[in-house]
Amino acid sequence: MSSAKSVEVSDLDLYYGSFHAVQNVNMTIQPNKVTALIGSSGCGKSTFLRSLNRMHELVHGARVEGSVILEGQDIYAPDVDPVAVRSQVGMVFQQPNPFPTMSIYENVAAGLRLNSRRMKKPAMDEIVERSLRGANLWEEVKNRLERAGSGLSGGQQQRLCIARAIAVEPEVLLMDEPCSALDPVATLAIEELIRELKVNYTIVIVTHNMQQASRASDITGFFNLEESGKPGRLVEIDETETIFSNPANKATEDYVTGRFG
Amino acid sequence: MSTASVASSARAPITHDSLPAWGPWAVVGGVLLAAVALGSATEVALGVLLLLGVVLSVGVVYVWSRAVEGSRRAKDRSVTIAVTASFLLAIAPLVSVLYTVLSRGLARFDAPFFTETARNVVGEGGGASHAIVGTLVITGVATLASVPIGIMAAIYLHEYGSGRLKKALTFFVDVMTGIPSIVAGLFAVALFVLFFGPGIRLGVMGAVALSVLMIPIVVRSTEEMLKIVPDGLREASYALGVPKWRTIVKVVLPTALAGIITGVMVAVARVIGETAPLLITTGVFSSMNSNPFDGRMSNLPVFAFNQYKFPGAIPEPYIDRAWAAALTLIVIVMTLSLAARLIYRRFGTDIR
Ligand SMILES: Nc1ncnc2c1ncn2[C@@H]1O[C@H](COP(=O)(O)OP(=O)(O)OP(=O)(O)O)[C@@H](O)[C@H]1O
Ligand SMILES: [Mg+2]
Repeated sequence: MSSAKSVEVSDLDLYYGSFHAVQNVNMTIQPNKVTALIGSSGCGKSTFLRSLNRMHELVHGARVEGSVILEGQDIYAPDVDPVAVRSQVGMVFQQPNPFPTMSIYENVAAGLRLNSRRMKKPAMDEIVERSLRGANLWEEVKNRLERAGSGLSGGQQQRLCIARAIAVEPEVLLMDEPCSALDPVATLAIEELIRELKVNYTIVIVTHNMQQASRASDITGFFNLEESGKPGRLVEIDETETIFSNPANKATEDYVTGRFG
Repeated sequence: MSTASVASSARAPITHDSLPAWGPWAVVGGVLLAAVALGSATEVALGVLLLLGVVLSVGVVYVWSRAVEGSRRAKDRSVTIAVTASFLLAIAPLVSVLYTVLSRGLARFDAPFFTETARNVVGEGGGASHAIVGTLVITGVATLASVPIGIMAAIYLHEYGSGRLKKALTFFVDVMTGIPSIVAGLFAVALFVLFFGPGIRLGVMGAVALSVLMIPIVVRSTEEMLKIVPDGLREASYALGVPKWRTIVKVVLPTALAGIITGVMVAVARVIGETAPLLITTGVFSSMNSNPFDGRMSNLPVFAFNQYKFPGAIPEPYIDRAWAAALTLIVIVMTLSLAARLIYRRFGTDIR
């Protein structure tokens, strides 16, 4: 089984061309904890999250300054292969995006198969079942693994994407508003899943849902931008309890109590 | 007072009178019947009268509907008629061509046509098997050459290219799309003359000429298909630690496959009937030759052209063979499209 790892972010600045999107972030993401990132729209949460597995640089003209140290290794060091980083730091997106040409089984197996890791069928079957069980989807799909992944409901698709992400056994799992397209029941199912997953993974989740942050996370970081056009910054990060009951910063308090904008 | 009256007076009632369902179609039918009657009575061309009739009925329906139902429904009805008429006008030539080719091509669409060649045939009889084989071989070689080149070029343009080089290549592809087919033929001739000296005629020269015409079509259509593959799928693949080239081969291309196959079919259909470039590259030949690297090679368009252009003392058998060749071409294109569709049904998936 994979081992969760810590992530040390220091003096991180993120740019889109000449636009400075995120400024000077310093934080430690602890292993086997759920770290929630909250903050108003456009303050750079997704941008920051994508910099943790080197997806940020896929945008044309995007730049990164500073360092992100994954268990002792700076992932932005010149000799690091971004593809290898991404297989250690998985990601689940806001919109469920199963591969439309693949069945449920193939979707879960995709991470291994696309990397052409040769594997015997029984071994693959076992990984697929374990991942689907891990994503709480096994019981619902075990009789139709050969059907198209895009034929599932939105919540099932999102859990399929989580299964796909954990099938490659990453050390860190990033989730960008994974529940925003889901109903409350599916949302609770995924929150439950997140709590289970932290036994094996380090999890970072972006959410706009304060209840979700307070229910599902151990640590909460609050991003804010002073005014539009300025870069977003990490205002405060602390135990979720503290952020929601007794934050150090006035802006944080206003935001979590809903007295914002 | 004034604000309340705006709300109550400006709102149209939600019920309204309407024309009987047969109304507009009765108008169109009546006017067109009148046009046909007028056309048979006078010298005026029927087509012109029908066109005027459609315009007239659009006007009549508009006025009538406006009086009964108001202007929105009136616009809806008149545009419906105009759109339907345009559609019929657009498919009229197609139907006419199909009808003509069928009615005139069936005369010689018989077994000997598919088993015999035109070798030593004077007057009646003979067949075009050599031309059918030639067309399949030449088009097949052209497709084998241009599909990989076209798809890879499209992948470069959409997934990798940027800046000046991409702009320049896109420009050249656009220019290539507009190349007259005879120019493609001359290009192939010039190219082979360089190596083999003047007077060279080979099946593969025709394939080269056709490739020049096919490649830009394949590039364009493949690029369009790559554009509609959602970026979310690429990112999902990257996030699994899959390298970019594998993402393209295993995720992007399969997702776009249906559209790419359709694009290839369009390209094949576009070139399979080309006559001019083949006339000057493959030459005219009346015996079987299935080796594209060995001398002259017949093919259906050139065969049809030749039968039509150089009929014998009694022209009918030649003209009949020309039409049968045209019909065979259409059948080949339709069979290929159907086959592509079946393959896709069997193995493909929709993007959403
Ligand atoms: N691909 C891009 N190119 C240029 N600018 C971008 C790009 N993506 C995001 N931005 C800009 O970067 C800033 C941060 O965007 P980001 O998507 O990270 O915000 P966010 O906090 O995730 O917002 P939301 O909560 O609405 O998802 C915004 O000002 C946005 O306009
Ligand atoms: Mg976002």
